[in-house]
Amino acid sequence: MAGEHKDKAGRPVVAITGMGVITSLGTGKEDNWKKLVAGQSGIRRINRFPVDGLRTTIAGTVNEGWEPNIAPSVHTERIAKLVGEEAITESGIGSKGNFPGPMFLAMAPIELEWPHRFDLASATGSNDNVTYADLVRVASEPRFAPYYEMAKYGIVGENLADHFGTQGSPISLTTACASGATAIQLGVEAIRRGECQAALAIGADTSVTPESVVRFSLLSALSTQNETPEQASKPFSKNRDGFVLAEGAAALVLENYDHAKARGAKILGIIPGSGEKSDNFHRTRSSPNGKPIIGCMLNAFKDAGISAEDVDYINAHGTSTPENDKMENTGLLAVFGERAPKIPISSNKSMIGHTLTAAGAVEAVVTTMTIQHQRIPPTINHNMPDPGITLDVVPNTARDAKIKTAISNSFGFGGQNACLVIAGEPN
Amino acid sequence: MNTRREVWITGAGLLSCLGEGVEATWQKLATDNPPAGHNETEFAPYVTHPLAPVNFDQQIPKKGDQRQMEPWQRIGVYAAGLALANAGVTGNAEVLDTMDMIIAAGGGERDINVDSGIMSGISGATNRGAFLNERLLNDLRPTLFLAQLPNLLAGNIGIVHGIVGSSRTFMGEEAAGVDALRVTFERVAAGQSNISLVASSFHGTRWDLLLVTELGRNLLKAPFQPVWDRGEHGGLAMADMGAGLVIESKEHAEKRGAKPLARLVAVESDRNRRKPGEIETTLAAEWAAIAPKVKKDQAAVISGASGLEPPTREEKNALGKIGLPVRATGSHIGHGFDTQFLANIAIACETLKQGKLFPASGSGDTGDAPASLSQIAVTSVGNWRGEGLALIEKV
Repeated sequence: MAGEHKDKAGRPVVAITGMGVITSLGTGKEDNWKKLVAGQSGIRRINRFPVDGLRTTIAGTVNEGWEPNIAPSVHTERIAKLVGEEAITESGIGSKGNFPGPMFLAMAPIELEWPHRFDLASATGSNDNVTYADLVRVASEPRFAPYYEMAKYGIVGENLADHFGTQGSPISLTTACASGATAIQLGVEAIRRGECQAALAIGADTSVTPESVVRFSLLSALSTQNETPEQASKPFSKNRDGFVLAEGAAALVLENYDHAKARGAKILGIIPGSGEKSDNFHRTRSSPNGKPIIGCMLNAFKDAGISAEDVDYINAHGTSTPENDKMENTGLLAVFGERAPKIPISSNKSMIGHTLTAAGAVEAVVTTMTIQHQRIPPTINHNMPDPGITLDVVPNTARDAKIKTAISNSFGFGGQNACLVIAGEPN
Repeated sequence: MNTRREVWITGAGLLSCLGEGVEATWQKLATDNPPAGHNETEFAPYVTHPLAPVNFDQQIPKKGDQRQMEPWQRIGVYAAGLALANAGVTGNAEVLDTMDMIIAAGGGERDINVDSGIMSGISGATNRGAFLNERLLNDLRPTLFLAQLPNLLAGNIGIVHGIVGSSRTFMGEEAAGVDALRVTFERVAAGQSNISLVASSFHGTRWDLLLVTELGRNLLKAPFQPVWDRGEHGGLAMADMGAGLVIESKEHAEKRGAKPLARLVAVESDRNRRKPGEIETTLAAEWAAIAPKVKKDQAAVISGASGLEPPTREEKNALGKIGLPVRATGSHIGHGFDTQFLANIAIACETLKQGKLFPASGSGDTGDAPASLSQIAVTSVGNWRGEGLALIEKV
């Protein structure tokens, strides 16, 4: 190939040539960007199911594609299709229904949901003492056949593979709240190996259901500041009290840079590298010394062939939980030293909430747009700074900045840590 | 692109109805004729393959850790521990610090009592939504969530065994197991990882998981039959199973003085929409991709057939055209979804070492081992979607 571009390690350079996003703020890149730089919040009261008795009654719901009693997996599939179409259309790669590469899909686990269990239970005839054995007894009735595929772990990936015409076995994955970043990483690695010229990375999560709200509540992870929903997510603030559960999806077309240039595609950004490091201190808490978070960022720098001095902006994990934001601060101070308070860092979650398995992908899209526009979306609701956090969190108002290279952090339950390095098109 | 590195399997761990450990399991397989690892009474009328008794303390010494896990996680952490021990890296902080991990897992074990209470009470509730919220808030154990999340198998393996390089968890039944091995194989071959654990577990002997399978009318009802001979619609016998494999570059293994169980030569995975004949077509294409590397007079097939039809029939047709001796493990250890393929790779490693095949069971188990058995192809035809094929060989 003429004019071959390789990175410092002799690997193909991976470009981003298409992006799509949907969040509680809106549908599509442009709509989201306008609202992000305006500092708007997408957090609102939950009105899709009764919230009686719940400690948290707010969320960043995505109503696009939602309808009463819809299975979350169906909702996930619908919004994944929207963002995938936006990304592929922008990229201009392949042809309709024929994407020339594999798909990596970050999503939440799939289960039967309560409406389905109740339907099965009412068919058992044993109203006062319904067991799972009773449900199995009636499960083979033809009217329940649609529930079979609905509960398959691979259903969303299989349907999306059919829809987009991606190649090979679609990979559905989870690394909890780092999943979106992991999907991108898997795509980058496949292109670097020369397995494919392009890959579709998607993260999609539609977890605002009664049981999800309860489960995160029981772990004391959610904000309970329900009175003014749009002010509940306040990363790095002293009065932060938990994250706000949110829905969303994002897709990125990743492509071998030379392949993209050869077909005249617009380069939106490149992904010079990524890093991971697992934490085995505790199932939900980070190592108090921050070593895994630090190691994860350093691994990303090494993979990207950059040093800490090259980082111009940090897209924070910034969940607004007391623990996460403190540990992210600790990790950043260790990695960037004296320079840490001078590097702008902001949390998109202050506006869109925490989109869980989609967050890494959503924030990779926003980070890329931040570089494209040379403008940083703020961390909103920052009215009571935490004196223990000395970072420049770009409080409340968007800011212009010169950004060549940025990082996007994602940390998750189960000791998952991932860091993506994202940069503008090389000169 | 860079030159590919040779990839070895240097450790294998297995847990099933036939007991624990790869070698011990193989000895049971060698005498499991007719197959006797199933149970027809515990979940009657359905046939299951419950786990043989295990002392979890041996791989998960802290009771506190065991309490934080649901059974599927304990099974997986245990099998992972066996694989690490087999590879000789248990407690080796230097290796574990950079070791990667790809897990195939579905998770999703419910608290059956809580769910039953809610299903029983809902019909008498005046406000159904409020009733559901109240019961979930009061009855769910806070830690249950973590014991259900698929990626918390990796999390628990990290905590118990100290693997802290990276972890990724693939979801999607059999295809997740195949892709976990394929991506690991490609990463190690390309130098993106030096040593990785691939592991999976499945705890199928539970009414909540039986339910998900029976919604497709797919459970095997007594009497037991080998996977190949379960009639027109077939049937799947839910199993308890854990498997772990340590995958390593030859270079990395030699540097630490580790011996290979086998060389991993190829891993193929693909999918189709399962129109009649498509499984056969996909398997044939995957076979064509590995065929140049196969020594036909020294090879056999270990099949992951689930017993469900028509997939099992189509696999049998495809294997018939290939013409190698075949053995299916499902007749002996049942079907373990995400875990079956990795368990079968572990069994294949031991089969190479033994140099012979375990006894045939049913109409699809054909042929005898060649005089010199040096290669095994392992198949995976998903109960619903996904076709996979791997080739391993003696080093």
